[in-house]
Amino acid sequence: MIPLVPDIAHFLAGLLVLLSFVQLYQSRLPPLISIFAAQSLALATFVAWQAQIQHAPHLVITAGITLIFKVMIIPLALHGLIRSLKIHRTVETVVGIGPAMMTGMALVGLSMALMMRTSAAVDVVVREDIAFALSVVLLGLLMMVTRRNAVSQAIGFMSLENGLVLAGTGAKGMPLVVEISVAFSVLIAFIVVGIFIFRIRERFDTVDIAVLDRFRGERP
Amino acid sequence: MNMLLSPAADMLLIPIAAAALLAAIPFYRLSAWINVLASLATFVAALALLVWPTVPTGHLIQVDDLNIVFLLLNALIGFTASLFGKSYLAHELETGRLLPAHLRFYHAVYQILMCMMNLALLTSVAGLMWVAIEIATLATVLMVGIYRTHEALEAAWKYFILGSVGIALALFGTILVYLAAQASVGAGLAAMSWSTLTSHAAHFDPAMLNIAFVFLLLGYGTKAGLVPLHAWLPDAHAEGPTPVSAILSGLLLNLAIYAILRFKIVLTASHATIAAGPMMMTLGLVSVLVAALMLYRRRDIKRFFAYSSIEHIGIIAFAFGLGGPLANFAGLLHMTMHSLTKSGIFFTVGHIVSIKHTQKIAHIGGLTISHPRLGWLFVACIAAIAGLPPFGVFTSEFLVVSSAFMQNPLLAAVLVIGLLISLGALFLRLNDIAFGEPKGSLTPNKMSYFPELVHLALVLAAGIFIPSQLASWFQHAAKLLG
Repeated sequence: MIPLVPDIAHFLAGLLVLLSFVQLYQSRLPPLISIFAAQSLALATFVAWQAQIQHAPHLVITAGITLIFKVMIIPLALHGLIRSLKIHRTVETVVGIGPAMMTGMALVGLSMALMMRTSAAVDVVVREDIAFALSVVLLGLLMMVTRRNAVSQAIGFMSLENGLVLAGTGAKGMPLVVEISVAFSVLIAFIVVGIFIFRIRERFDTVDIAVLDRFRGERP
Repeated sequence: MNMLLSPAADMLLIPIAAAALLAAIPFYRLSAWINVLASLATFVAALALLVWPTVPTGHLIQVDDLNIVFLLLNALIGFTASLFGKSYLAHELETGRLLPAHLRFYHAVYQILMCMMNLALLTSVAGLMWVAIEIATLATVLMVGIYRTHEALEAAWKYFILGSVGIALALFGTILVYLAAQASVGAGLAAMSWSTLTSHAAHFDPAMLNIAFVFLLLGYGTKAGLVPLHAWLPDAHAEGPTPVSAILSGLLLNLAIYAILRFKIVLTASHATIAAGPMMMTLGLVSVLVAALMLYRRRDIKRFFAYSSIEHIGIIAFAFGLGGPLANFAGLLHMTMHSLTKSGIFFTVGHIVSIKHTQKIAHIGGLTISHPRLGWLFVACIAAIAGLPPFGVFTSEFLVVSSAFMQNPLLAAVLVIGLLISLGALFLRLNDIAFGEPKGSLTPNKMSYFPELVHLALVLAAGIFIPSQLASWFQHAAKLLG
């Protein structure tokens, strides 16, 4: 194989990890959405490249879904959504950018250490892609726990899902990848529609314990 | 034509056809009946599976000793819950909590849920099982949020986000299993079928398989509501309609356990990997203890029984983690008994809540005096779930505890302590609800007790006598689990 072929795949997968980090420290929603769109574009390119090098034409469908759905429709809908909820100017208090970035780096280190230790029975190129994918998944999870705004939590989930698609398409010959990516797109559509219909701004609008108690039904 | 005659395929085709029909029919009385009939037809197909377990050719569907137990339970409770739902939803319509449009939506989603649960159990491909569980989760999210109150939406959103993260982790685990298997099984749909995975497991990359199982356990464990991944479960049970609470506790938690078990079989077949059992046992014991202690502070009757479900899922996970023929047998039996009892309890609680118009335990009291039949039925339900003889839960809990004593007495002692703590909480609340001065509304109950009586009768029968055929059937399934 020409060395350039896996290099391009690794470059694109690394780009996804990088864009996950950029999402981590974005405190305003409009740039956050744009970076998510850029990450999805990198993913679509990665999947298209995999379709080329694996000679797997069905992956083109996954790339197309990613391009149309996650690069165009979802970001546009989210931009409209934050305008109609009037939260496009709010600055979110992120749980300390420093600690979040440090945790993120530790998570990337963890996923590299974990995946590189698995035996060489797995294709080396694939193994490195999976290490990147695990990093994206863990960074998405980190973003979900450090944010309180429902929209940024949803973006955290979607970037987590980008990591899963990265893993699924990077694993050569994985069955049902297209079906799984369709199922995930339905899930994401539900999240966005859910936020829109129910006007969910934050998971808990208040830190007042009494209100939480009422919600949990703890009060007699 | 051949495909239509196969009961396994019918278990998928009947619900999906019914869902399409129900989505098209605006008359809620008619659609409630269609829902019941479709569920009954699915149950008949499940029974036919016992005598005629043929499957259509291809790799997508399989029927073996393990999933047939789950399928029958699924179809039976799906049927009784639809029967209960018919009268319960009619009552909600009268009181104005739901509109006819909501009912149309509810019935269609109910059948989609049934179809997806059956598909997850029937399919032989790991990836397809994941897709089915994902859609089943979405369907239940929609049903939990159906009342559109602030609390219901909050519960649905919490369930949705936590459930999504859970199934995302499970998918990552599934991909890793494929990567571990790839070198020896090749590509394509057949590569990810349970039989191929199990037969080739000895050649899999053990390190990759280990990591995969951790992801799968955390992912599907979230769906099963194992502590500390249980945060969504009490809210979803308390704020959704009662038939949905019964389905969640009785069926959806089992489905997640089934998914974990399938991967545990693969892991056991590969000798180089870590043991899956101890991880499941730890999560199970923690669930039993935490849920038992949490029971004392619940003030909401549905939330109370949701925590009881966490406790019993903990017992089931513990039993399967213990492994061996006896513990697996006990786990399967306990799962069956718990599903029947707990969904019966939720039906009974549904009657109580619709009479009293409240879920607060403090506002419910003296049921045996004001509503003798309902009150004593509730007492029987509590006795059954507490694991008192002669009910079947006693048999299964006894088997779990005794097999634990044989393998590891220390762990068995912890389990027994958890069981005793929860027993105390159950009797405390039983006293508040069933005895003493009657509180709240005294209007008579107009709904039928048929569904919960069926469940209780089955649990009682299993506690007194387990037919040898049933026992040998469960033993076969237990053997499959290794």
